[in-house]
Amino acid sequence: MSTAAAKFKKDVRRVTADLHHRRIINTALDGYAVKRDQKKSLFQDWAGARRLAAATKYEAINGLDRCLEQFVRGLEARGAKVHWASTGQQACEIIVDILKRRNARSVVKSKAMTAEEIHLNAALERAGLDVVETDLGEFIVQLRDEPPYHIVFPAMHLTRGEIQETFRKRLGDAPSDNPEELTMVARRVLRQKYIQADAGITGANFAVADVGLISLTENEGNARLTGALPKTMITLVGIEKVIPRLEDLALFLPMLATVGAGQLISGYNTLYGGPRQPGEPDGPEEYHVVLLDNNRTRLLADAEKRDTLHCIRCGSCLNVCPIFRNIGGHSYGTTYCGPIGAVLTPVLKGLEEWKHLPYASSLCGACTEACPVAIDLHHHLLEHRRAAASAKPSWWQKLAFKLFAPVAASKLLWALVTKSGRIGQKLHPIVLGTRLDPAYVWTHTRDLPPIAKTTFKEWWRRTRS
Amino acid sequence: MTVTLFIPCYIDLFYPRVGMAMVRILEKLGHKIVCPESPACCGQPAFNTGYWDESRALAVKVLDQLKDAEVVVIPSGSCGAMIKVFYPVLFAGSPQETLAKEVSGKCYEFAQFLVDKLGVTDLGAKFPHRVTYHDGCHSLREMNIYEAPRKLLQHVAGLELVEMRQIVCCGFGGTFSAKFPAISTAMGEVKCDLAAETNAEYIVSSDSSCLMHIQGLIDRQRRKLKTIHLAEVLASDL
Repeated sequence: MSTAAAKFKKDVRRVTADLHHRRIINTALDGYAVKRDQKKSLFQDWAGARRLAAATKYEAINGLDRCLEQFVRGLEARGAKVHWASTGQQACEIIVDILKRRNARSVVKSKAMTAEEIHLNAALERAGLDVVETDLGEFIVQLRDEPPYHIVFPAMHLTRGEIQETFRKRLGDAPSDNPEELTMVARRVLRQKYIQADAGITGANFAVADVGLISLTENEGNARLTGALPKTMITLVGIEKVIPRLEDLALFLPMLATVGAGQLISGYNTLYGGPRQPGEPDGPEEYHVVLLDNNRTRLLADAEKRDTLHCIRCGSCLNVCPIFRNIGGHSYGTTYCGPIGAVLTPVLKGLEEWKHLPYASSLCGACTEACPVAIDLHHHLLEHRRAAASAKPSWWQKLAFKLFAPVAASKLLWALVTKSGRIGQKLHPIVLGTRLDPAYVWTHTRDLPPIAKTTFKEWWRRTRS
Repeated sequence: MTVTLFIPCYIDLFYPRVGMAMVRILEKLGHKIVCPESPACCGQPAFNTGYWDESRALAVKVLDQLKDAEVVVIPSGSCGAMIKVFYPVLFAGSPQETLAKEVSGKCYEFAQFLVDKLGVTDLGAKFPHRVTYHDGCHSLREMNIYEAPRKLLQHVAGLELVEMRQIVCCGFGGTFSAKFPAISTAMGEVKCDLAAETNAEYIVSSDSSCLMHIQGLIDRQRRKLKTIHLAEVLASDL
């Protein structure tokens, strides 16, 4: 078992038994589901919108080279500086270099999963920079030295009491567990940070190719301040974020808001196109866009899994996933959790080390049904399993399935299995409840039904043949 | 019509009454029933675990048994999906590809067969109980079966159908239930809680594998619920 798998199993055992966690997550996501369904019902044709979104992302990803070139041309024409990073490490180096050249010391950052993916904050801190997350949820988990719990709701696992406790410990100020008062505490701290910041770093929700603009969606206005106040702005974008046309946002913005947070449209939707232009009252002196590959081209080369590049990081597959809801975001031990994480992580970080994620699924398909861009998520999990079993089969599983085939295919051997099973079940109580029980993984928490006195095949033989 | 049954291994061993109920119903409707004695399994456990060669070794035998069938009826959306949806994938590019597609075309899950193929919704059954229905995920999302079992239940005399407020996986998932028992169990508990909220006496389903997991939890945790396969409900007064 890989190190990641061992940790996963351990964490999963702890979290699945935590009924407080189960209640918090289910309550939050049940509330989300009500709002999401209300907003979905406002679409004239949700299924049609989904098909259009999938087709639009298909167009973008299958014409990725052209879309990216067009996107970059637009940005550069407005004076933005575009950087290409093949790996996460390169992207971190590029960003650190920009910040050093600009003599930056203090950085404000808005929410970006891509930055989590490449561990940007750690790289910035190593370079001696002070970086603060400005999204409230991200700010809270940063104070707790935790990674985000969820792609969209980073602090959803915390109660207001836990947040008050965190603020009291780390900020020395937490008048109550009232969300509004806690938000005011965060706001006071963050306002100072914005004013002091030398640079702002954002992610991107969409990279609009035809006009060369970055589209950013948020609900707190923090990304706007991150982009507007500091003299240097850096946007980190995964290359898969492109959409072909500005008008495509008319579909994607309401769709992302609907499935992402159960909103008609997010609070703030901003387009960024470059540094401050002559005559403009605000905006950065320098604007840098870092385009990140980090194994996305590996997905692009894989015709079977290419559709995973359609992902708009809305988090809706997490929200409906019964695995995610029971094990929580942190158990995955990787940046992208939930179904999309279980599909992406083995590609981004190695199948052998991370194959337990695709196996940790009942393949129920709720994710695929929920995905607004129709990524075939649960079938990708199945393909991962096949690839893992071909690359490095487990000898005992392979042997078991090899032996099972002729037994199940033979009338005689199956009858023998039935009979010996009955004898085995008579002896079962001796080992039941102990580790010696060969069915322990089942019987530890569940009863096993007895083999029938007359099986169907025995009955059929007796009465019909 | 001559109906060929495919009886999944767990129905053969643990729930033969489900198969018997199905035979009674189909015979009452005037059909001739054929049931190959082997293979006992469709090969899904190996397939879902990633061992496609081992799965194929069994699946070719299944194809061979079903190739001459007029229609194939399976009392499980899960094994049904394996044969109907995944055999064509499993055999893609192999000499059995055409055969797999042929068999797929004539394969039905039990409720789907009654309602969509035969147009039968009222079997004259009587089951005076409050029940809730559990959709097996393969029935629901691979076979796209939602209405058929509900139509059948609505015509059962005395039966009151109460929907759970959420459609969610029970956590069985085949080999998943053994590889990750902690997750599987937690999911099962959530399922049982949702069913209990409806105050139903029975959880009815078209998938005995889901019910084996759910009933296993109910028995261990001494919950009040009971589980029963749709075919048994429909045959209850025959």
